[in-house]
Amino acid sequence: MSKIYYTDEHEWLSVEGDVATVGITNHAQEQLGDLVFVELPDVGTELEQGDDGVVVESVKAASDVYAPASGTVVEVNEKLNDDAALVNAGAEGDGWLYKMKLSDSSQLDELLDADGYQALIS
Amino acid sequence: MEQTPFYQTHVDAGAKMGAFAGYDMPLFYPLGVMKEHEHTRAAAGLFDISHMVHVSLSGAEAAALVARLCPYHADQQTIGQARYTFMLNKDGGIIDDLIVTRLGDERYLIVANAGCAEKDVAHIQAEATPFDVTVEILPRAFLALQGPKAEAVLGAHFDVASMDFMTAQEPADGWFVSRTGYTGEDGFEIAMPKADGVGFAEKLLADDRVEWIGLGARDSLRLEAGLPLYGQDLSEEITPHEAGLIWAIPKDLRGGGGHIGADALAEKIEAGRNRMRVALLPEGRPVRGGTDLVDDAGNNIGTVTSGGFGPSLKGPMAMALVSVSAADAEIFADMRGKQIPMKRVKPPFVAHNYKR
Repeated sequence: MSKIYYTDEHEWLSVEGDVATVGITNHAQEQLGDLVFVELPDVGTELEQGDDGVVVESVKAASDVYAPASGTVVEVNEKLNDDAALVNAGAEGDGWLYKMKLSDSSQLDELLDADGYQALIS
Repeated sequence: MEQTPFYQTHVDAGAKMGAFAGYDMPLFYPLGVMKEHEHTRAAAGLFDISHMVHVSLSGAEAAALVARLCPYHADQQTIGQARYTFMLNKDGGIIDDLIVTRLGDERYLIVANAGCAEKDVAHIQAEATPFDVTVEILPRAFLALQGPKAEAVLGAHFDVASMDFMTAQEPADGWFVSRTGYTGEDGFEIAMPKADGVGFAEKLLADDRVEWIGLGARDSLRLEAGLPLYGQDLSEEITPHEAGLIWAIPKDLRGGGGHIGADALAEKIEAGRNRMRVALLPEGRPVRGGTDLVDDAGNNIGTVTSGGFGPSLKGPMAMALVSVSAADAEIFADMRGKQIPMKRVKPPFVAHNYKR
């Protein structure tokens, strides 16, 4: 059973065991508009919480997506290399960015739950 | 932050708003940047450009003042003709790029960039002092209707079919219609009294071929068309020669003349330029303004001034200022240590579709 966390930087993590799937929220993709390119990290990259792990590019602007927790990248969503718009179509589903093995699961305690995130954006 | 007369209309249309040149402007609508861009190239896009400034120059010496401010023969300009030009500083750098239209023997209209409004107006007023000219800022609502269906749409309201590209008319008191734009498409720019703006926009939008287009698509359209944007591709430190805009200065004025910056620019043209504006195709990914460019040995040779993704081009594109000595060799963008090959091409990225 996975548990979903959110950050105030508009990312989500779906955690199962010590592996988190990371993406941007639907709210974030609405704000960014049509995405044309996603720069994913290499598998094996060690990210510290707050590192700019991913760059998402809309037609007009590039935005950093910060690592919501520390850990090692174990898989990236290769489909985004061919179709960045998958993030627009399903930011909190098929448009996930990467999976990471968490190095400090206590960091999750500081993140938001769905209600907390809803309150932040409304 | 200021609002244009169309602010509430944009909000009601579901636009994502954002700051631009001191105004709260629509960045994109629910259609999205990609579809807004494609719609403009296929039908007719409606843009709120009311943040741009309209300066009226009238009086016996209006032509002489324009000829002082801008490097062209304003006295020979045909009435009803619109012209792309710029104001130069004393060093020959570009204060702003403009469209100047002659509306009468003693009457000109300058349309200037929103981001330069304050300094432009101060400069024009200061230079106007010795001339018999009245300088007025016109409060206007200002729309652009761009795309292959623009003529048919606007034709329901004004007689525009006979207008050539870069001409203008004043169909009613306080109204101004020119066949101009900054998308590479045929189209018009329509100025009107502020109180008439929303009603006229609604009339245009009642036509199924018309959609609101935000600043996001405005930028991708102008970049595909190879058109420079002041503040990114042009600045006070860049001369028309470096910017590849020397075509806008008549040949006999390139070696000197009565306009501000004439001597400095003539000297710089004579000495030859060290850097030039070029169009580049980045390989595989967008490269943004501000990114450093290097040669195959890693030496810095310039900077990307505008970069983005072209929905019609279906790929990334960039404009850059590069050393002339390196412009014909291999060029790379330095993206955090990764070198992205940049292929130099002849602008525009997407062919113009003007009515000639």
